[in-house]
Amino acid sequence: MNAMNDIIRYHTVSVLVDNESGVLARVIGLFSGRGYNIESLTVAEVDADKKSSRITIVTSGTMQVIEQIKAQLERLVPVHRVVDLTVDGPAVERELALVKVKGIGEHRVEALRIADIFRARVVDSTNESFVFEIVGKTRKLNAFIELMQPLGLEDVARTGVAAISRGKDRM
Amino acid sequence: MSSATMTGSQIILRALKDQGVDVVFGLPGGVTIPLYDELYQQNALQHILVRHEQAAVHAAEGYARASNKVGVCLVTSGPGATNTVTGLVDAMMDSIPLVCITGQVPTALIGNDAFQEADTTGITRHCTKHNYLVKSVEDLPRIMHEAFYVARTGRPGPVLVDIPKDVILAEGKYSGPSKVEHKTYRPKIKGDFSKIKKAAKMIAEAKKPIIYCGGGVINSGPNASKLLKQFVKMTGYPCTLTLMGLGAYPGSDNQFLGMPGMHGTYEANKAMYDCDLMVNIGARFDDRVTGRLDGFSPNSKKIHIDIDPSSINKTVIVDLAITGDAGHVLEDLIKAWKSQQLTPNAKALKKWWATIEQWRDVDCLSFKEMKSKIKPQYFLRRLGELTKGKDVYISTDVGQHQMFAAQHLSFDEPNRWLTSGGLGTMGYGLPAAMGAQAAHRKAAAICISGDGSFMMNLQELATCMQFNLPVKTFVLNNKYLGMVRQWQEMFHEERYSETVLDVNPDLVKLAEAFGAKGIRITKPDQVDKAIKDALAHDGPVIVDVMTDAKENVFPMIPAGAAHNEILLGPKDVPDDAHDDDVGGMVLT
Repeated sequence: MNAMNDIIRYHTVSVLVDNESGVLARVIGLFSGRGYNIESLTVAEVDADKKSSRITIVTSGTMQVIEQIKAQLERLVPVHRVVDLTVDGPAVERELALVKVKGIGEHRVEALRIADIFRARVVDSTNESFVFEIVGKTRKLNAFIELMQPLGLEDVARTGVAAISRGKDRM
Repeated sequence: MSSATMTGSQIILRALKDQGVDVVFGLPGGVTIPLYDELYQQNALQHILVRHEQAAVHAAEGYARASNKVGVCLVTSGPGATNTVTGLVDAMMDSIPLVCITGQVPTALIGNDAFQEADTTGITRHCTKHNYLVKSVEDLPRIMHEAFYVARTGRPGPVLVDIPKDVILAEGKYSGPSKVEHKTYRPKIKGDFSKIKKAAKMIAEAKKPIIYCGGGVINSGPNASKLLKQFVKMTGYPCTLTLMGLGAYPGSDNQFLGMPGMHGTYEANKAMYDCDLMVNIGARFDDRVTGRLDGFSPNSKKIHIDIDPSSINKTVIVDLAITGDAGHVLEDLIKAWKSQQLTPNAKALKKWWATIEQWRDVDCLSFKEMKSKIKPQYFLRRLGELTKGKDVYISTDVGQHQMFAAQHLSFDEPNRWLTSGGLGTMGYGLPAAMGAQAAHRKAAAICISGDGSFMMNLQELATCMQFNLPVKTFVLNNKYLGMVRQWQEMFHEERYSETVLDVNPDLVKLAEAFGAKGIRITKPDQVDKAIKDALAHDGPVIVDVMTDAKENVFPMIPAGAAHNEILLGPKDVPDDAHDDDVGGMVLT
């Protein structure tokens, strides 16, 4: 049972909730009140008829903490389902970032080349700057941003992870 | 029953009636006047006017614990609602089913810093099981019924319903409780039978077992306590009950070892430490019980039966977890035991009981009686003796008197003992006793308090007088904030910082100022008469019991210690005991 208490792991938890005011505040309050980590969070309505939203949270902690987080989420009245995508079978995870890079000359050219390699698109350009739109796994985005650092990285806006299970079944 | 058109006020009252509510505790205010107007024009629902909204919540808590029904309180917006927060956190911690109805400013004014406006749903979001802001009268009946469902289903807890004034005034259609189907919240009540069978086998094979139960058995209903008794008797195993579980198993029975934990008995703590199988039914491995976690029952296998899956493996990792209601699981456990024709290991059990008897011989709750001063333990034993077999409900406040009461009183039935365990709220005692009295008019409701705690909600004496709730309050008066004083004596070299209560009101005169009866006693030979006189008096009574200030609560497992590092008396306290290297567990 020692495995419960050693390694810090990152889990992507997908929470299906009622689309009512205050539900997001309740979920976030649960995390902050109990000292759990929110590495990233996205939320949006997924079913207008049934008025439900999906909150996708990347959290970190020991296995025991992760189990607690899931149990505490399930206990909330407006929560329909809690799925741990890191554990419950293969899943697809994506994140989007808008990255502003300012530079001229060689830096500008290098930035474009790297963007090409990463299949990032240019969504804004001036003579001295670009805004790149990049979609992919968190690690890919992190790598891209790191590479932009010495080339004039100005600003980053990220969405946080959206995730869904692979296969035909609903989560 | 049908969908008649009514005002919001009428819908609220109708919903309460259909939910079986007969008493609410509350205090009116600007936004709830229309509702109170409707209340005035009917007789079915009784309203008890408190003098502070915090007391309304504690009274609803006492009512709920004493009756196994959902307690209801009704307060106004702004300060009325914010005054309920302490009570709501208390109910949340101790899993008490409550519905708290708060008025709110009209919907058009919400968010405008209106008069007596507060973000009630925001403030209480994290101290309620769930809360609602009723935005339209169309939602009102559904929300009212849902609130009761959520409060009482699964692990009970407080639910707040915030109703704006315009919704209270608006007209809408009523719908009854049968139309409520909750789409998401459906907790698991019945345990997994294959796991229960496995548990039964583990229990039969144990050589040094202990059954450890808590508030969950009480919440399950009186039948759960009956089943617990049957199970404990059937196995012949020792049983210990937490502070919140006292009364779930008869305290007078020989198989009861007393309460475990920080101020629990020596035999209960030793048995928890040395056992090879711990069966937890409806308790949550609270830190007051476990002490230092790495020293908690290190060599035992543990079974945890709890209705709340998030309580399982939260602090203590267990070997077999069963999610379900205590009563249902106990019923299945008895079936599984009988169907598998299990028997306990008689030889090992005999040896285990012999060891337990040796621990009992230490007589850890013994104390030196004095002729000149009243010891709190002596007083409580006399109170227990003189109320034995009577129809009595006992509440406490928080502190040394609370621990002494838990140690020296004995409860043979559930729902008789009302105390603030998880939150430890001073000021809980008097209103809670009031709530119990309202639930059981013919019984005697007793509040055991301390001079510190009593000051916090003493205004409720007016409520007791006005509504004929003859609560008998016994204030164990040592002129200190006793529990903190004890820690200061033991760990801070007697530096009594801000724990001395030099100025206390004359409690006899105070009682008389409210029109109640006041009695003061200073010597042990006055105790019996004071108790008898108080119980016989037709009305609220305050008994000012001047006790020995130097008496400390023992046994004690200090913060950061393990069960086998228990202190039995003053001479056990090491000279170098400091709070410095506390492993995380502190008094507050």
